[in-house]
Amino acid sequence: MLTEFYLSLAHYFQFMVDFNRFTLTNGLRVLVHEDDTTPMAVLNILYDVGARDEEGDKTGFAHLFEHLMFGGSINIPSYDEPLQRVGGENNAFTSNDITNYYITLPAVNLETAFWLESDRMLSLAFSEKSLETQRNVVCEEFKQRYLNQPYGDVWLKLRPLAYKNHPYQWATIGQDLKQIEDARMEDVKAFFKKHYNPQNAIMVVGGNVKTEAVKALAEKWFEPIPAGDKYLRNLPQEAIQTEARKETVKADVPLNAIYMAFKMPERRDPEYQCYDLMSDVLSQGHSSRLYNSLLKEQQLFSDIHAYITSSIDQGLFVIEGKLVEGVSVEKAEAAIWVELNKIRVEEVTAEEITKVKNKSESIMVFAEMSLLDKAMNLAYYELLGDAAGLNTEIDKYLAVTPSRILQAAKSTFVKEQCSTLYYLTAQDV
Amino acid sequence: MFNRTLAPESKHIDEIHFIEPLKQQLDNGISVFTVNAGKQELVRIEFIFENVNWNPSKPLEAISVSHLISNGTPELSAREIADQVDYYGAFLQTEYGADQSTVKLYTLNKHLVSVLPILRSILNDSIFPEQELAIFVQNQKQSLQVSLQKNDYLARKTFANALFGDTTYGSNIDAADYDAIKREDLLAYFKSAYKPENCTIFVAGKFEEAEFNILNSVIGGKWSNHGQSTVNQFSFTETRGAELLIEKPEALQSAIRMGTLGITRKNVDFAGFQVLNCLLGGYFGSRLMANIREDKGYTYGIGSAVTSLKDAGYFFIATEVGADVCASALTEIEKEIDLLKTVLVPEAELDLVRNYMLGSMLGSLENAFSHADKFKNVYFSGLDYGYYENYIQTVKHITPAELQQLAIRYLNTENFVKVVVGKK
Repeated sequence: MLTEFYLSLAHYFQFMVDFNRFTLTNGLRVLVHEDDTTPMAVLNILYDVGARDEEGDKTGFAHLFEHLMFGGSINIPSYDEPLQRVGGENNAFTSNDITNYYITLPAVNLETAFWLESDRMLSLAFSEKSLETQRNVVCEEFKQRYLNQPYGDVWLKLRPLAYKNHPYQWATIGQDLKQIEDARMEDVKAFFKKHYNPQNAIMVVGGNVKTEAVKALAEKWFEPIPAGDKYLRNLPQEAIQTEARKETVKADVPLNAIYMAFKMPERRDPEYQCYDLMSDVLSQGHSSRLYNSLLKEQQLFSDIHAYITSSIDQGLFVIEGKLVEGVSVEKAEAAIWVELNKIRVEEVTAEEITKVKNKSESIMVFAEMSLLDKAMNLAYYELLGDAAGLNTEIDKYLAVTPSRILQAAKSTFVKEQCSTLYYLTAQDV
Repeated sequence: MFNRTLAPESKHIDEIHFIEPLKQQLDNGISVFTVNAGKQELVRIEFIFENVNWNPSKPLEAISVSHLISNGTPELSAREIADQVDYYGAFLQTEYGADQSTVKLYTLNKHLVSVLPILRSILNDSIFPEQELAIFVQNQKQSLQVSLQKNDYLARKTFANALFGDTTYGSNIDAADYDAIKREDLLAYFKSAYKPENCTIFVAGKFEEAEFNILNSVIGGKWSNHGQSTVNQFSFTETRGAELLIEKPEALQSAIRMGTLGITRKNVDFAGFQVLNCLLGGYFGSRLMANIREDKGYTYGIGSAVTSLKDAGYFFIATEVGADVCASALTEIEKEIDLLKTVLVPEAELDLVRNYMLGSMLGSLENAFSHADKFKNVYFSGLDYGYYENYIQTVKHITPAELQQLAIRYLNTENFVKVVVGKK
């Protein structure tokens, strides 16, 4: 059975998200993905700025700024309205690494997307009313997602425990409400000037479009925008962690929970894919190790997960779980360590590695069904260095071996390099 | 230089193309609806079963069977089932809905022949081991405890119960209901519900004759289950107005959910009501968003929705707002509903909504999966593609006066159930 599978992996699908690429004179990189199976088009712009680029006393700013990008630009008072008027939709997200904006609309109305996106890259309206409203909206978002939810503030605690120097120590929402409330217009303008220019952006246009037409539109709408200054990133790096870190939080939650974070290599590291597959062996699906051992067999956890943060700088390998009532947190933690030690000393089995590779392959083929996913992925891989990397990513996964996973586990799951957060119910005080 | 203040020319959306599925039948009589489309060598197969034999004293039967169906057969343990499905890179999911339960398989075509037998075994021979049931009950109770601390969850649950009482639409589940689950009941439910007469299959992806033949040879034979069943049917009396407050003194935000029983997809007013809903709270530029988020900054998000279930339709507005501005938010929501009844919607705004809704319909038909989903919507409402034709015509041509009439008819706030969880 196994041989059969190794064979089938040898002729896996040719993953192909075709694209053409050109660069405008102002430095804006443009990629075009033609897909005539849809009547729609996508225009995706990735700005190479995230929460990691913020000052320590102005955290949450990249995300607040994302909201302000919808508050009108220099020549167009409303961003959303004209887009909706031509049948389009849009949204955006901010991470610790990037800020990504996207529009989907009927391809026949593609030029509206160029008009809107180019104007806000040219300049915002910088309206005081918009700043005031969005400060409130973001504060409500902060409350809704982080403060008014059981376990909602975990990442506000775990990040500063795991990172001491690198700006990954704060979440994209920011360190506290106060810093958002204090945001001033001059900060907004400075942030725009520093990060929002053609040189710091990657645009992907996809769907029922032609490269020549996209090129003409890009030259018309985007090329007149001044190049601006290239932002050179120089972030404080994290020193190697040499002692175990532990913190206990007590809160009004019904169940005890445990979070363990280990440092892992950055996204571009050649060993990155080993870590991704290792997290799958531990935690993907009901055949995974942690689920079967800790939840089903020992019944220590009512849910348990392992995952990676996939960040561009040094990332985290996280294990988190909620404990079955009556189980002590020490016992639960020890049981996690048993599993981690196991993967540190024994190679994963041939079945396990085939399984997680097959799963990765499936996920990648299924992702090709969504135009927006394809556009976002192209932009992200271009940021990593080359959009073509999207089409060869699967090869890196298929090349992972049990011994490389063993090496990854050995160098990662070390007590001295673990940051552990106990998140306990206040009733246990 | 051109003028950046002027919008480029744009076009209206004229044509929206739906892919109608091919209807076939397995040897055992199960209908198979196939949307054969897409470039990728993959397929989604959904086995959909009507929910049956509703017993209000055992509200968790159907949902527990749905959760536990892949947890063991005489030949395979839960672990072995998971191992095999994962080994082939497939995804086996179960989904419990108020009207139907679904067993869903996603797989690459090349593994179809290997994974279908696992599915066959699950659908015929699941044994619901006591041990698996005990773990399920323990973990579901824990997860319920976490949910009960979420204001939006409480608001949803309280609202549904006020509208729908002890039916699958509104049942007010608590921990004791989990403790009462018995293995015999699950087996009995399984035997009654998971049988060919109660099953419809929907396929989307690359699915030609060869694939159909595989499906028929593995699934199209005799099945083991043939228990008695009656498909659930509910009827509801009109909602009576009520204000329900669950106080949370420590809340930073209050969850609001309000609404009423409404119409289903079968009603001639349904498409028009969707336009009205869109204007009020159905998209980012809606009146509720514009007022309560973008003007006042009271919330991260607010929306409204119309939902059509088999035996009932309902309308609701939902948001989470700063606890200190909850009362003002409630006032503003009422104000917006009132405006729809008293002032005609301006043509320019309506025109925008028309285009937005058509664009959104066009965009929602992205791949074979979404075409199949569109079909399921009409199929389970007992309708055909004429529904979408009518929807498109209504979106294009409904008048401000008609919308006003719909608001007067269906948005009677005195009859709303208004739930607040937090502080008012």
